[in-house]
Amino acid sequence: MAEEKKLFKVKIDGIPVEVEPGTTILNAARQIGGDIVPPAMCYYSKLQGSGGKCRTCLVKVSKGSEADPRPMPKLVASCRTTVMDGMEVANITSPEVLDARKGVVEFLLLNHPLDCPVCDQAGECSLQDLGYEHGADGTRYEFKRRTFEKIDIGDKIQLHMTRCILCYRCVYTADQLTEKREHGILGRGEVSEISTYIHKSLDNEFIGNVIDVCPVGALTDKTFRFKNRVWFLKPVDAHRDCDKCCGKTVLWLRGDEVFRVTARKDKYGEVEAFICDTCRFDKKETKDWIVEGPRKIDRHSVISQGQYVGVVKPHDALPDVLEGRQPKLLMNIHSISQVNRPEIDLSKIEGPAHSDDFKN
Amino acid sequence: MQALTNRAKPVDRRPMTFVERMYLPAIAKGMAITFKHIFQKKEVVSYPEQKREFSPVFRGLHVLNRDAEGRENCTACGLCAVSCPAEAITMEGAERKPGEEHLYREEKYAARYEINMLRCIFCGFCEEACPKDAIYLTETFAPSNYKRESFIYGKEDLLIPMPGEKKKA
Repeated sequence: MAEEKKLFKVKIDGIPVEVEPGTTILNAARQIGGDIVPPAMCYYSKLQGSGGKCRTCLVKVSKGSEADPRPMPKLVASCRTTVMDGMEVANITSPEVLDARKGVVEFLLLNHPLDCPVCDQAGECSLQDLGYEHGADGTRYEFKRRTFEKIDIGDKIQLHMTRCILCYRCVYTADQLTEKREHGILGRGEVSEISTYIHKSLDNEFIGNVIDVCPVGALTDKTFRFKNRVWFLKPVDAHRDCDKCCGKTVLWLRGDEVFRVTARKDKYGEVEAFICDTCRFDKKETKDWIVEGPRKIDRHSVISQGQYVGVVKPHDALPDVLEGRQPKLLMNIHSISQVNRPEIDLSKIEGPAHSDDFKN
Repeated sequence: MQALTNRAKPVDRRPMTFVERMYLPAIAKGMAITFKHIFQKKEVVSYPEQKREFSPVFRGLHVLNRDAEGRENCTACGLCAVSCPAEAITMEGAERKPGEEHLYREEKYAARYEINMLRCIFCGFCEEACPKDAIYLTETFAPSNYKRESFIYGKEDLLIPMPGEKKKA
């Protein structure tokens, strides 16, 4: 009955893999995994129609197919090009691809501000990683970068158009996850910008996911804005019974304070499941959640700093020696330190903290 | 026990001779060394009045810098804290409000910034990590104190005074 599907044999960087017809080169590479997976800034496997915008996933097709073995004349975007039987693709083995990718990164960074010290995405930013791996350490751009005023998309999401690389992921998210699309791209070419139609706030149950899909810091969580750097927080897997979404999230904790809630992201920075805004913005208490355990973070990520594995706490000998007496000269750092004071609960403040929040 | 290096010298345990037991030649030898040093160049300085020069790479107490207009450079990016091997630096960031532009250079700033000088090892990594030229290690010591509380340096201790203003003692 069902005819067995013919699988296409593809070679990516010399590694053979058999994939179904219609698979893109990028997804074929992801089936192999490892270093040969092209980076993607705009392609998002959970969003239909995404990809083809950023050009970071360029690869060289050195052999078109078994039937037509000519190489493709130009580098192709691997997220949009489907495989052919017998195709041979070069990604990291081709110096041409690496050189082109370096150029693409330079183009992406043309208008991107270097405000990583201020940006909340720093530490988990795809463009930061990409620039670190492929980019040049200086810019040759001499003109004024385009700048925009900050825009509030709804009361919980901040849009920094200046940082946007126009990957369209958020547009597809708003289009596909919510029923009513109110958010799109205005203008063309250099003047194009993400916008809600006439600054209409997007109140939709799932609109918070545009924060997670944004590869840069253009869309950020206002409830987390400037509160802490991601690498000082402790990510833990948690879940709760949610009637709108799966409720499986990552909590970013400082002590017992929930600083922010995000969806769980896989190794390609894509969410495993979209979460609703109630989970993301409103459940900022540990008692709302059932904590499963610490989230596994890639060792090479800055977020893994300070997350010591297998720590053995040494036995505190002081109580044994003192035999119930209280030490006279013990200094509790929390009684002196002004940081992380119990009366200022940063995670409870709506939006970023201001100077009045610290006055006392 | 097996010697780890071949530099160990065995101790001479033979009984002392009569001349050695008199100790006088040994005392004379010792005094000769003492008197020789009287005529040599003096290595000590009388400290509070006279101060030794620091080496050009000396790393001392931190300061938080301001720009030419007196605005704080620090944006609480946390790179000093993440690079600190002693985990001595902590901070809390806040957003600049309209009207505070003369105080802070960027839209985000450190509302709290603390260095625990008891933990600090003065390695200078914070200075190297800082992308905003905000933290510098100066050529001063942390002043001594009887209380450990005074070694938790907050922003008021670290920030350099506004241009034209004198730092409170």
